[in-house]
Amino acid sequence: MIPELGHYALVLALALGLIQSVAPIVGAKTGDGALMRLATSTAIAQFLLVGFSFLALVICYVTSDFSVATVFENSNSQMPFIYKVSSVWGNHEGSMLLWVLILSLFGGLVALFGNNLPATLKANVLAVQSWIAATFYLFILLTSNPFLRLPQAPMEGRDLNPILQDPGLAVHPPLLYLGYVGFSIAFSFAIAALIEGRIDAAWARWVRPWTLMAWMCLTLGIAGGSYWAYYTLGWGGFWFWDPVENASLMPWLAGTALLHSAVVMEKRNALKIWTVLLAILTFSLSLIGTFLVRSGVLTSVHSFANDPRRGIFILGILMLFIGGGLSLFAWRASTLKQGGLFAPISREGSLVFNNLFLTTACLTVLVGTLYPLALEAVTGEKISVGGPFFNLTFGPLFIALMFAMPFGPLLAWKRGDLLGVAQRLMAAFAVGLVAIAAAFAIKGGASVLAPFGVGLAFYVMMGAIIDLVERTGLMRLPMATVWTRASGLPRSAWGTAIAHFGIAVTLLGIIGAAAWGTERIVSIRPSDTVSLSGYDLTFDGIFEQSGPNYNAQVAKFTVREGGVALGQMEPQKRNFSARETSTNEAALMTRGVGQLYLSLGDANKDGSIAIRLYYKPLVMLIWLGGVIMMLGGALSLSDRRLRVGAPKPAAKAALQPAE
Amino acid sequence: MTRKQRRLVLIGGSIGVLGLAIGLVLNALSGSIVFFNSPSDIKEKHIAVGTRIRVGGLVKDGSVQRGDNLRIRFDVTDGKNDVAVRFQGIVPDLFREGQGVVAEGKMEPGGILDADTVLAKHDERYMPKEVVDALKKSGRWEESEGKVAGGKTQ
Repeated sequence: MIPELGHYALVLALALGLIQSVAPIVGAKTGDGALMRLATSTAIAQFLLVGFSFLALVICYVTSDFSVATVFENSNSQMPFIYKVSSVWGNHEGSMLLWVLILSLFGGLVALFGNNLPATLKANVLAVQSWIAATFYLFILLTSNPFLRLPQAPMEGRDLNPILQDPGLAVHPPLLYLGYVGFSIAFSFAIAALIEGRIDAAWARWVRPWTLMAWMCLTLGIAGGSYWAYYTLGWGGFWFWDPVENASLMPWLAGTALLHSAVVMEKRNALKIWTVLLAILTFSLSLIGTFLVRSGVLTSVHSFANDPRRGIFILGILMLFIGGGLSLFAWRASTLKQGGLFAPISREGSLVFNNLFLTTACLTVLVGTLYPLALEAVTGEKISVGGPFFNLTFGPLFIALMFAMPFGPLLAWKRGDLLGVAQRLMAAFAVGLVAIAAAFAIKGGASVLAPFGVGLAFYVMMGAIIDLVERTGLMRLPMATVWTRASGLPRSAWGTAIAHFGIAVTLLGIIGAAAWGTERIVSIRPSDTVSLSGYDLTFDGIFEQSGPNYNAQVAKFTVREGGVALGQMEPQKRNFSARETSTNEAALMTRGVGQLYLSLGDANKDGSIAIRLYYKPLVMLIWLGGVIMMLGGALSLSDRRLRVGAPKPAAKAALQPAE
Repeated sequence: MTRKQRRLVLIGGSIGVLGLAIGLVLNALSGSIVFFNSPSDIKEKHIAVGTRIRVGGLVKDGSVQRGDNLRIRFDVTDGKNDVAVRFQGIVPDLFREGQGVVAEGKMEPGGILDADTVLAKHDERYMPKEVVDALKKSGRWEESEGKVAGGKTQ
């Protein structure tokens, strides 16, 4: 009964979605307030219905109802509760349901909190949002129904792919989807603006918080996914330039550009057309990402199953929204009025520079991701494009961007003084140079370029600090004045500095782990000791352990540094009987911001076992930087400016009767 | 500066950056991509010594020889032709004789591939797509053998 109810709720959501796709636009055209207001109710109702549908699926998984096909395929009654829940989206059908759940959530949020929007804009935005929602409901109902029943309910499920039986699955996909799908709001706002043929600085102020929220989730989602891959794949890599990862990186790059261009539009009323285009492109890249991952053109752990119908359907959706969005843009963009003027050397100019490099870097990632697919389709030749390609293309562009980054916030609007800014950045240059010299002095650096990367990272960090010092007048003014200036500084200024600091922290982590990391791959017998970067690991032996739905072989190692025992590391191999598969669980030991990383290879007949041991200094900074960036975004999101025009709760409360 | 001049600066800058990116991409494409080959392709094409390639197929039954220091040698077959592969390190968990495998490395004299990466399937449904295609080409693949699900792994 429950699966049928869930299915039915989704059908109802589709019906509401179709109504919401048309009625509000008609209302906005004819000035019919009732039709426009309809969108608010239907958007909230859509969210409740999809939420109910999703809950129904969760109940099916939690109660292990194996009469439902997807539950049978992807769950098992022996699994711990958390994996029963997360396996809801550990498969194609469920993950698409999560996708539309988040889509309808954002629609509902705009409906609820968009009261300060002009009525016609809100109606149009919700209608466009509903076009997207309705197409995806249709996609699920026609090709990927998660509620399909099996004629006879099996006794036991086939279990979730063991590699996905990890807390990472509970966090990574929802965050990533919040990011991907969150950009749909920016898209809807852009299309609504094109429909209305009107756009102003206030538009950017409405779009920015949504984009910022999506960007924060995507940042955290990508960082989380990277950490998950790092500890689960067993060889210590944290980014593989895998097409599926690129699929999430591209919307992030475009979304970052969008965040910056929206600032120009909001503050100076310039770059309007470009911002609208960027909003369309960012969501288009999210859709391309969904297509790449969900259609089965790529084989990866993310593409759960191949069904050509799905690929063609998603390709259709892709063409409809990207093609439609860009056509509308080409047709209507000229109606949007051009805004403020600025000199090339100015804050605006620096943000244009940022946009140029971010979108170009995004383009190189797109080429590297799609070129192998295109080449195979055209010539049948199969190639792999990996790290070396992206290091040579994405790398230089991003380095240029990082170098320019500290200049931006210090330049004045309209017309800036490059030389003056360079003088104020003297301290940052000095810190960078000292860092380069220090990095050269440290032995063991593998690459000649690495110290320069370290220098760049410290220069950007110092640049972010200088930005704050300049703004608060620290070192120049008395402490009391500094304090008032610091507390009066807009939170978005703090957010900018913190986010810029964060990306430099990530860069430092990447360079530290890549250039100063050490590794040993050896075969080891019980009571033997292996040494790496000052750590001695003694192999104590292998023990059996049984988990809820697997049996594990646990290898115990005692770690010592200079004779002092630090603790145990216990990498394991887990054998999952339901799928006759095994997974490799690496053991991690965090030392400061570095990590010891140990994973198991094959056991030999003579009792020895192959191990991979890595020491990765600074590696934790990679993800810490992501968290710092996210916090910068959060601070910026809490800025008063982004709430300007919001209804004043105090005045409203006075009119309400006491309860 | 007039509006027109400013626009020119902007457009000129954009074209410059785009040109730079195109240059970087073309340069990278000529030097850093790796072609995939089936064992039969390698036999036909006479790949130059020192070229980086990927080869995919099945690990030939009875061909795996393990040496000291985690050295391993095996043959990759597509049913018609074989390629010898040499590797030092830890092979993936599901590396077995008769199973699909992809190896990447440099061609050595004598037609041996000196691999630095060996990829294998990591669950019972997964067969590297390249392997499936290589087997289909040589007529050794039956659709009933299994679906191609996926995974990135080493």
